[in-house]
Amino acid sequence: MYHKTLPYRIFSIFNYAFLAIISVLCVLPMLHLLMVSLSSQAPANAGLVKFWPIGFTLEAYTKTFGNANFLSSLWVSVERTVLGTALAMVVNTAAAYALSKEAHTFRARNIYMWYFVITMLFTGGLIPSYILILKLGLINTLAALILPGLVGVYNVILLLNFFRAVPKDLEEAAFMDGAGYLRSFISIYLPISLPAIATVSLFIMVGHWNAYFDGLIYIKESENLPLASFMQTIIVQADMTKFDPSLVANLSQRTIRASQIFIGALPILLVYPFLQRFFVKGIVIGAVKE
Amino acid sequence: MDMNTTQQTALNTGSHKMTKRSNKPTWILHLMVLPAAILVFIFSYLPMSGIVMAFQDYKAALGITGSPWVGLKHFQYMFQNEYFLQITWNTLFFACSKIVMNLAVPFIFALLLNEVRHMGFKRSIQTFVYLPHFLSWVTLGGILIDMLAQTGIINQFLTSIFGTKPIFFLGDGFWFRLTIIFSDVWKEFGFNTIIFLAALAGINPALYEAAEVDGAGRFKQTLYITIPSLIPITIVVATLALGNVLNANFDQIFNLYNPLVYQQGDIIDTFVYREGLLTGQFSFGTAVSLFKSVISLILIVVSYRLAYKFAGYRIF
Repeated sequence: MYHKTLPYRIFSIFNYAFLAIISVLCVLPMLHLLMVSLSSQAPANAGLVKFWPIGFTLEAYTKTFGNANFLSSLWVSVERTVLGTALAMVVNTAAAYALSKEAHTFRARNIYMWYFVITMLFTGGLIPSYILILKLGLINTLAALILPGLVGVYNVILLLNFFRAVPKDLEEAAFMDGAGYLRSFISIYLPISLPAIATVSLFIMVGHWNAYFDGLIYIKESENLPLASFMQTIIVQADMTKFDPSLVANLSQRTIRASQIFIGALPILLVYPFLQRFFVKGIVIGAVKE
Repeated sequence: MDMNTTQQTALNTGSHKMTKRSNKPTWILHLMVLPAAILVFIFSYLPMSGIVMAFQDYKAALGITGSPWVGLKHFQYMFQNEYFLQITWNTLFFACSKIVMNLAVPFIFALLLNEVRHMGFKRSIQTFVYLPHFLSWVTLGGILIDMLAQTGIINQFLTSIFGTKPIFFLGDGFWFRLTIIFSDVWKEFGFNTIIFLAALAGINPALYEAAEVDGAGRFKQTLYITIPSLIPITIVVATLALGNVLNANFDQIFNLYNPLVYQQGDIIDTFVYREGLLTGQFSFGTAVSLFKSVISLILIVVSYRLAYKFAGYRIF
């Protein structure tokens, strides 16, 4: 009824317009960046490019992909994302399955649970972690980027809540047929929880792709630096000292900086539609208690 | 009839559990938790033992076992250090401003979005405003440094509209603080509306129908039905945020700040990184971060207790 009244209609027009403006403001920075990256250097440096390329050229992208440092960093990022996500999923789903059992079947369950949750509440902090990686001899290795964050307690809780929602009868039928826990986990729980597993994998992937700080402190050789850390050093800190000056000199040009940032964000933009579909569900299910 | 079936199922599962416990060995379950437990031990519990460094003068050559003990020296130095008080204040300022803004803006945005009846339009808006949440602060840092530069697009825009001089957004303490709060809200407000939209979807439509019958317009409906329905979830979110008052977002500050704005922009985490890790004052850095961890732990425990008391909220 109310939406037919004149004041509400006037409000609605303003409301739609306001929401449209706000939402456009959320994507304009990315758009501006893309346009700068597609423009010629002179107009970009003069600050003439707004939301349409001036002197359209792909030169910035060919130069970015022609840079050995950028390519090796891209490769490290791909490696850490693929390996890190795969390993994390194996370890986290297995732990989540075991912890999804009730305490009367799996007596140590609550002890393990506290053991994990404590690490969410309290950490040793930056410096002891750094010294540990140093003492373990993991500086400059891929392991330093993958192992420390492999167990995500939040993800384990999310997965175990999913596993709890699986009907118990399925597992009991399998037990009757002589299956053990491992068999039930692999043949029943994993296939049936595929959407949940896809969601969590996607979150871990995005986390790996965006992670820059571990690369910054644990990786000292420029060819082992993941892309996010590489960009942080070159673009944000504008610190060229870690690299061979002749190789990275042209990376500081405005259009090339823009193209690097855009390529760095591209995988996130590509998986974003899937993320958006899943995360609302994920949050809701993660919030559902036994 | 229904009762009977339920009881029977209950009995059945009961007897299964009996047989399950005797038949299925649980060592396999231990084995499945083991890799995670070992990794957590190495990468979370071992660093916790490194905290003793805060009470030592740690020398890399001597190690944790050989370095001399100095008691509370680093803590005394910390509390007498004026700069430490400044960064604690900065941290509180940023964190609290963000907590308030990240509650208020999504709250209002959710209310406005709730008035959109066109589903396609609503979904497009959501797709747009959720996006910045998924971009990293490295990406956004790169973009913002470019856009907020003296000759960047934002200053060009402001100059052409208001005829003002270019603003030194990332080089002036006052503007830096505004930029930090504003860009954080810009990045997260969309994503933070999700929880309010979920609460809005849960409101019983009969309430609105009854209000309509009583002659309440949309504004009164919002005032007396919609807003009160959002209060419980707002209280939970606000209470849980209490655990974050010392987390001013390292990633954001780190990717936007520079020595010009240390006085107004430096926070505990960035300070620990610079003074502790980069300059090698390992013990002092550990002491500062231990101080932060302990306060945070207390606040988290208190906030979860309160959230449980107010709203029955439990994390697992």
